[in-house]
Amino acid sequence: MSNTTALETKEKKRSALRSELLVPALAVLSGLILGAIVILVSGENPLLAYGALFKGSFGNPLDLIGGLQTYFSTGETRALLRAIYPFTESLVTATPYIFAGLSVALGFRCGLFNIGAEGQFFIGALCSAFVGYSIQGLPMIVHLPLAILAGALGGALWGMVPGYLKARFGAHEVVNTIMMNWIAFRLSDWLLNGPMKSSGFRPVTPNVLATAELPRIFPDPLRFNLGFFIALLAAYAVYWFLFKTTLGFEIRSVGANPDAARYAGMSVIRNFVLVMALAGGLAGMAGTAQVLGVDHWVGQGFSAGYGFDAIALALLGKSHPFGVVLSALLFGFLRSGATNMQSMARIPIDIISIIQGMVIIFIAAPDIIRWLYRMREVKKEETVLTRGWGS
Amino acid sequence: MTNSTLEIGSTAEKRRRISFGVALVVTGLAIYLLFAVNTQPGALTTFGLNLLGSRAVEVSDLVVPALPAIYLLAAVAVFSGAYQMARGVRSTGWLVGILAFTFVTAFLLWGARDKSFNLTGMLSSSLVRATPIALAALCGVISERAAVINIGVEGIMLIAAQVAVVTATVSGSLYVGLLCAILIGGLIAAFHAFIVIRFRVDQVVSGVAINIFGTGVTSYISSRFMQAAGDKLNNSGTFPIIAIPGLSKIPVLGPVLFENNLIVYLTILLVIVMHILLYYTPWGLRTRAVGEHPKAADTLGVNVYLMRYVNVIIGGMIAGIGGAYFTIGSVGRFDEIMTAGKGFIGLAAMIFGNWNPIGAYTSSLIFGFADSLQVKLQILRVPIPSEFLLMAPYIVTMIILTGVVGRAVPPAADGQHYEK
Repeated sequence: MSNTTALETKEKKRSALRSELLVPALAVLSGLILGAIVILVSGENPLLAYGALFKGSFGNPLDLIGGLQTYFSTGETRALLRAIYPFTESLVTATPYIFAGLSVALGFRCGLFNIGAEGQFFIGALCSAFVGYSIQGLPMIVHLPLAILAGALGGALWGMVPGYLKARFGAHEVVNTIMMNWIAFRLSDWLLNGPMKSSGFRPVTPNVLATAELPRIFPDPLRFNLGFFIALLAAYAVYWFLFKTTLGFEIRSVGANPDAARYAGMSVIRNFVLVMALAGGLAGMAGTAQVLGVDHWVGQGFSAGYGFDAIALALLGKSHPFGVVLSALLFGFLRSGATNMQSMARIPIDIISIIQGMVIIFIAAPDIIRWLYRMREVKKEETVLTRGWGS
Repeated sequence: MTNSTLEIGSTAEKRRRISFGVALVVTGLAIYLLFAVNTQPGALTTFGLNLLGSRAVEVSDLVVPALPAIYLLAAVAVFSGAYQMARGVRSTGWLVGILAFTFVTAFLLWGARDKSFNLTGMLSSSLVRATPIALAALCGVISERAAVINIGVEGIMLIAAQVAVVTATVSGSLYVGLLCAILIGGLIAAFHAFIVIRFRVDQVVSGVAINIFGTGVTSYISSRFMQAAGDKLNNSGTFPIIAIPGLSKIPVLGPVLFENNLIVYLTILLVIVMHILLYYTPWGLRTRAVGEHPKAADTLGVNVYLMRYVNVIIGGMIAGIGGAYFTIGSVGRFDEIMTAGKGFIGLAAMIFGNWNPIGAYTSSLIFGFADSLQVKLQILRVPIPSEFLLMAPYIVTMIILTGVVGRAVPPAADGQHYEK
C-alpha cells in the first residue's frame, strides 16, 4: 500500500514539475511569438531577425565544426575561439543576471519586492571599482576578494535602507527602492564627474588594477571569466541558505504569512532588514562581476535595465535559485543575441524589453497560458508575491 | 489590562511628542549653524514677486534683511520645539509644516542673499511640475479606492506621452493628441484590470510588467521610427498658455494660478470633480465600499467587478493626461524614459494624501515645490553640487513615505483579489 502511494506521489510530483516547467517555457514561447509579430509590424522578417538572434547568442554551428576541424588537424585554436565567442559572450551576459535575479528572488521569498536592484547594482559596481583602482600594491589574493566584498557591502547598504524603513516604519519598499535607484543615479553622476573621474574627458572611473580583475578563462578577446562560476556558487549558497538553514526557514515563513511568523516568535523586522541587505548585496555583486570581470571601469548608465530584468528573471525562475540560473542563462542568450540582431536585422535591442514585459505577465498569470494552450488546471497553493502597501 | 495598554499608549505618545520637539529644536540650531553663521550682517535678500511677461499688476519686490530674518526663523523653530516638548501639540501636520517652512525659508534667505530670487516664478513652476505627479496620484487614488493597485502608472504615462506627441504631430492638432493619450491610457488600464480581475494576476507584478513593457515599447518605437523621421513624428508644439481674464491680473496669485495651459487647469478641475464624485455621489459611495469591504458591497447588490473595471479605466485615462503633459503639455517632443520616476512619486503623493484627491493634490504640490526648488537653486549657484539638488525630490518622497505611511490608512481591501 505504501508502495503504491509512494509511486502515486512520485507520479504527482513529476506531473507537477512538468507543469512547473511547461508554463514558463510556454510563456517564453508566447513572448517570442509576440515579439515576432512586433518585428513583422515594423516591416522586417522575424525569421531573419531570430536567425540573427540565434547566431548572436550561440554562434554559427558551421563555424564551430570548422573550428574543431582546424583545431584537430593543425592545433590552431583561433578559429575555434572565434566560433565559441558568441556562446561565451552569452554566458558573460548571463553572469550579472544570475546575481541580480537571485537578489529579487530572495526578496520575493520574504514577501519583499526589490525594484532597487538597479541602484544597488550601480553602487556595488562603483564600490568595487573604487577599491579596484585606488588601492595599489596588494597581491591579487587579497585585492580581488577585497574589491568583491566592497561591491557586496555597498549594495547591501543600499538595500538595507529601504528594508529598515519598511520594517521600522512600514514605508513600502517598492516606492523606496525606486527612489533609492534615482538617488544612486544622481550620486553616480556626481562621483563620475568629480571624485571618481579618470583623467580622460569622459565621465568614467579609471580602470581597475590587474590585481583586482576577475581572471579570464580564455585568451583575449573572449571575456568569459571567473565571475560566472562565482555566480553559480552564489546561487547554490542562496539555495542552501533558504532551504537548509533555520534563518532561511524563518525568511520563507515571514514571506508566506508575516502574522503567523510573528505569532511564532519570529522577528519580522529583523528578517526584512536582513533580506533586503542580502538582496542588495547580491545585486551589488552583479555590478561587481560586471566591472571586475568584463568592463574594468564604470560609466554612466552602467546598470541600465538590470533592475527590471532582474524582476523578470525572479518571476520566470519562480523565485527558486536554480530557476533563476536557468532564466538568467536564457536572458543572457537573448540579450547577447539581440546585439547581433540589432546590427544584422536593424531591430532595436529594446524588443527584448517588450518580450520580457509579456513574459512576466504570462508567468504571473499562468491562467492565461493555460487558457491559450488549453491546458488542464493544476490545483496548487499560490505563492503570494506582494501584498498591498505594507503593514 | 486596559490600564497597561493605556500606559503603553501614553509612553509612545510621550516619546513621539519629545522626538518631534527635539526635531524642531535641532532644525532651529541647524538653521543657525548652517545659514546664520554664513550670512554677513546687512545682507539683503530680494524675493521677486513679478513674473516677466505675465499680465499681473506689478508690485514692488519683497526685500528682506537676511540675517535678522534667519535669526527669527531659527527662534521660531526652537521655540515651537520647546513648546512641543513642554506641552505637546495635537496636530503633527502643523509641526511638520513649521519644520519644513522655517528650514526651507531660511535656506532660501541664505542661498539668495545679496541676490534676487523670483518667488512667483518658483511657485508657478511648482504648480506646473506638480501636474504630472498629481495626475499620477489621482490615477492611483481612483483605482485604489476600488482596491486595485496600479503601479504601472509610470509605464502608462510613458506610452501616453509618446502616443500624444506622435498623433498630435501627424494630425496637426494637439487636441487629437490629448484624446489619443487618454484613450491609450484607458486601454492599458483596461488590460491591467482585465488580467488582474479575470486572471487574478498579482496587481503589483502586473503593474511592473506594464512598466517594463512601456519602457521597452516606447524606446523601440523611438529608436526604430521616430529618430529617423525626426520632426515629422516628434514635433508637436505645446498647448498655449491661457490667461484667465481678470483673475490673471492679481499680483503673485494671478501668474501662479491663472496663467497656465489646458492640462494644468484640467488637473485642478479633475481634483475637484473627483472629490465631489467620491464623497457626494452614489457612485463614490459604491467605489469606496468596493475598496473597503467588497463582500458587503456585493451583498448589497453592487457589481464589484464592474466598479473595479470602471475605476481602473478612468484612472488610466487620467494617467494618459499625465503622459500627455510630458510631451504636448510641456516640451513638445518625446525622449526615451522621459517620465523619470514621476509616476512613482505620484504614488507616494497618493499615500501622503491619504488616498483622497485633495490630499493627493496638496502633496503633489510639495513634490512639485521640491522639484522646482532644485532647479532654482542651480540658477542661484548655491555651493552644493547640482546632482545632490537633483536628489531632493526623491529624498523628500522617502522621508514623507516614512514619516506618514504608518498613519495613512489605505482602503481595507487594497490590492486583494475578490472572488465571489
